[in-house]
Amino acid sequence: MTEKDTVMEVNDLHTYFFNRRGVTKAVDGVSFSIHEGETLGIVGESGCGKTMTALSLLRLIPKPAARIVSGEILLDGQDLVSLSDSEMREVRGRKISMILQDPQTSLNPVFTIGNQLIEALGARGKRGRKEMVAQAMEGLRNVKVAAPERRLEDYPHQMSGGMKQRVIGAIAVSASPKIIIADEPTTALDVTIQLQYLRLLKEIQAETGLAIIFITHDFGIVARMCDRVAVMYAGRIVEQADVRDLFNKPHHPYTQALMDSVPKMDRTDRLRAIDGQPPPLWDLPEGCRFASRCSNVKDLCRNEYPNTSLLDNNHSVACWMTQTEWNN
Amino acid sequence: MPEELLRAQNLEKHFPVTKGLVLMKTVGHVRAVDGVDFTINTGETMGLVGESGCGKTTTSKLLLRLENPTGGQIYLEGEDIQTFTGSKFKEYRTQVQAVFQDPWSSLSPRMKVKDIVSEALVVNRDVTQKDAYDRVKEVMEQVGLAPEQAELYPHEFSGGQRQRIAVASALASSPKLIILDEPVSALDVSIRAQVMNLLVDLQQETGVAFLLVAHNLATVRYMAQQTAVMYLGKIVEHSPTEELYENPLHPYTKALFSAALPAHPDDLGEEIVLVGEVPSPINPPSGCNFHPRCPFAMDRCSVEEPVMKDMGGNHLLSCHLYD
Repeated sequence: MTEKDTVMEVNDLHTYFFNRRGVTKAVDGVSFSIHEGETLGIVGESGCGKTMTALSLLRLIPKPAARIVSGEILLDGQDLVSLSDSEMREVRGRKISMILQDPQTSLNPVFTIGNQLIEALGARGKRGRKEMVAQAMEGLRNVKVAAPERRLEDYPHQMSGGMKQRVIGAIAVSASPKIIIADEPTTALDVTIQLQYLRLLKEIQAETGLAIIFITHDFGIVARMCDRVAVMYAGRIVEQADVRDLFNKPHHPYTQALMDSVPKMDRTDRLRAIDGQPPPLWDLPEGCRFASRCSNVKDLCRNEYPNTSLLDNNHSVACWMTQTEWNN
Repeated sequence: MPEELLRAQNLEKHFPVTKGLVLMKTVGHVRAVDGVDFTINTGETMGLVGESGCGKTTTSKLLLRLENPTGGQIYLEGEDIQTFTGSKFKEYRTQVQAVFQDPWSSLSPRMKVKDIVSEALVVNRDVTQKDAYDRVKEVMEQVGLAPEQAELYPHEFSGGQRQRIAVASALASSPKLIILDEPVSALDVSIRAQVMNLLVDLQQETGVAFLLVAHNLATVRYMAQQTAVMYLGKIVEHSPTEELYENPLHPYTKALFSAALPAHPDDLGEEIVLVGEVPSPINPPSGCNFHPRCPFAMDRCSVEEPVMKDMGGNHLLSCHLYD
């Protein structure tokens, strides 16, 4: 594999919520980088901070409750955290786009598809209406919507879920961004439609070389789509590796347990369930956050959060088990 | 030989599509369930898979008698459930129970857990509230919750615990059949395994049968002894689960299996990508319902409707390819 350009680098990002309950540490020291043409999967359960990480990258976190407390988000060497709101507007849609989970709610029901596509194109700079209509049609054709000239006049309710998600994809890539953040884009779709959509995303990626950050709870999607994976638990990345390394040899007990708890198509032996619940993000334990559910827990785990250690081939794990002191 | 518990015979549910407000005219029918046959055995699980709109949920509503069929019969232990009235019907309600997908909306937020769990007993079996509470304690322990927690309200529980409560309330009347409509899809990955293991254990303890409606094929593989694949209101393939997963025959089943996500980045098998989407059940295609999307469609598929045939070993299939 050749070394590709780094598109985005996130360093030690912290996004906290401040409310009556105290401080909720939704994203608590997350670092990763993503290269051109690469797909990074961020996997985790609900409440682990994966969506808040994505929203932080776009600076779309709910204000004023949440704030990026520290860390940097470097896109082409520019730190997004320090940009003003109006500068940030220039970044959204043009350099980073987002595809959300539910196609029923991400399109405006009172405007036609064409209208919404042209609005996205118009935000990219003033051009003639005719030109933009032609471009909107081209956009729909790229996402394989049949008969785009008729579809432009349709309202969202006239389309199926899979079709709507394609339109959203067309809007997302219309300004040829460098990164698309896809937050569980296929959860609301049927399996055969999901396969069509995942393939479409891969094709668009192969043509344009864009980087995709794929947020999901499903290891199947990761196996199907991603080059690299970051596993998140309670606001932190606990393991990060190339997709094959992670599936062949998961190191963190949480990653292992999560993989074992998913039923497989070719096996019926008893599932290994993970007992208990993740800790609440406003009352985190001092030590490792997985300690209370981990089967290999030791005293050290409860007292101190493990450093992230780098194994070979860019595989990093935050667990005391992989560190030398453990064996002594 | 497993014992038959419930049998659906040529089951049909057509919803009328009407036009006009005062002088309503029926302009067509949505053929949600269109001639379905299956048998659920005592103490076994039957999986029902298919995409949205294929009629899975309508089928389970018919079994619960929340909808009345427009054709066909359902027999529970040999008796036609449509003939049940009065106390007999109340008894049926205690025999067939349901657990739904979303434990956030299926439990009343204003009732205590003990009242939710005992409701089916109090309403249908005229048990006194006090006796019912004793049963509540039993089932709470069966589903892995503390009996004292019955005094709490649903909002005080996590998602996995709520689904346990839903299972407890289905279990309270010691039913013979529980309909599980996507019982784990609303739960987090690590919690799903807990609930699935619980359901399998309960079946072994109590001998209850399940109808498992799900779109996740691996879930069905894990829990069901037999599996039926539905497409547009019809069962296209029905077989013992192991046989179906090892040897799927119908092109739709094959496509469904190939669309299932891999367990490892290296096992990307053969991919059958279906063109287009499920057609409208108001005007289903002629002949075989699946022919417009089928990669192997032949001339006769668009004309002649295939009939269900046994391919050996109880592997039922409705497809012209294997004639």
